[in-house]
Amino acid sequence: MKYTEEHEWLRVEDDGVVVGITEHATTQLGDIVFVELPEVGTTVTKDEEIVVIESVKAASDILAPIDGEIVEVNEALAENPALANEDAIGAGWFFKIEPSDPSQMDDLMDEAGYKKFIA
Amino acid sequence: MSELLETPLHDLHVALGAKMVPFAGYSMPVQYPLGVMKEHIQTRERAGLFDVSHMGQVKVSGTGAAAALERLIPVDIEGLGLDRQRYGMFTNAAGGIMDDLMLANRGDHIFIVVNAACKDADITHMKAHLEPDVSVTPVTDRALLALQGPSAQAVLSALDPKAATMRFMDVATLSLNGAECWVSRSGYTGEDGYEISVAEADAVALAEALLAHGDVEAIGLGARDSLRLEGGLCLYGHDIDASTTPVEGALSWAIQKVRRSGGARAGGFPGADIILGQLEQGAPRKRVGLLPEGRAPMREGVALFASAEGGAQIGAITSGGFGPSVGGPVAMGLVDRAHSEVGTTVFGELRGKRLPLTIAKLPFTAANFKR
Repeated sequence: MKYTEEHEWLRVEDDGVVVGITEHATTQLGDIVFVELPEVGTTVTKDEEIVVIESVKAASDILAPIDGEIVEVNEALAENPALANEDAIGAGWFFKIEPSDPSQMDDLMDEAGYKKFIA
Repeated sequence: MSELLETPLHDLHVALGAKMVPFAGYSMPVQYPLGVMKEHIQTRERAGLFDVSHMGQVKVSGTGAAAALERLIPVDIEGLGLDRQRYGMFTNAAGGIMDDLMLANRGDHIFIVVNAACKDADITHMKAHLEPDVSVTPVTDRALLALQGPSAQAVLSALDPKAATMRFMDVATLSLNGAECWVSRSGYTGEDGYEISVAEADAVALAEALLAHGDVEAIGLGARDSLRLEGGLCLYGHDIDASTTPVEGALSWAIQKVRRSGGARAGGFPGADIILGQLEQGAPRKRVGLLPEGRAPMREGVALFASAEGGAQIGAITSGGFGPSVGGPVAMGLVDRAHSEVGTTVFGELRGKRLPLTIAKLPFTAANFKR
């Protein structure tokens, strides 16, 4: 897994990179009550705001961690935003992206780096 | 920034694992490890204990205290029965609300509870206009706790059976856990419950005694806000402020007939000409409940329009968020009178898109008061 400073995790799979937010992020945000996901087929640029999440406290944006095309979104999460709190790195995933420049992944933190980042 | 004040329960909050935040100059618990959503549900289903010691407690005493307060507050205070409480507000010359408050007739004095952020201004205001005829005495050595929820009566009457005999808006002096407490059967959640004024020195022990009951959890300001929002209750400085009149704030019910035009003690408070006129003719805008049709919460500041495209702004959301008991977003806002009827569709501009909301009846959740 790779991590961004925006508290996203990225997991490489055969058909794209799955992206969600970390348990650290969901704990900080509190109970998540709304998630607006991008449309499948959208081309996104790194650092573009592509997801809106709202917790009981406030609204926040999730940025595209890398350039690419959105190939799948987690409809179950839109239906039940609490999944992000309950299973941040599993059932609470946000979207799958097909990277246009996989080398951008090299700039991201590994797990040890992220743990240090949030310590 | 100046040092934050602490309530007598501060160390207890920290020991309970609360996340402390600055609020009205105090360090206050916004949530405990349970989290806002579960704290909200806990209060609706069992009972929640809130520390509201940051709020101002004031005694107004002396012959004619009730009559004197009626010069500042547009509600019937002289007619308030012994050991009864009622809602009111200080108004300004423009008819705007300087603060909203609870007042109780305790026989030899009127006991007033005001908002934390306004308490210094309120005390100055009362002293300037009421003294020396009557005396205005801030109560600074007592904490204020709120015990709210359907289990509140059972929990409190285990400490003093008299608690069970009180009805909504009754006040009484109870002996709780060995401490003499000034208790009202009221609150800010839309649930049955009590507000308890207790000497600072006895506050922690009383809070611990209440929390020892299996039905009681400590609840933070986060859930207090979602509870009062679902309950349709105003948050001063947001839903109402110095620029909104009681009529605009949909608080006309708080102004009894005796203070209205034709009443025995009509007017005689700041802004009376404006407020009495609005009571008869209506106000240009009104506080309403708003239910977003989608799932996206719409918060304070969201601009409201009559149509999905174009047109002038007709109002704004004054508080909003997710209602855990409603299971979706809820909001309140101030809208032009022409668009204030229940059932009207309006549009809120959120992230560049106009999304529909319906003007809805308040409260969003049925009040469970013990009338």
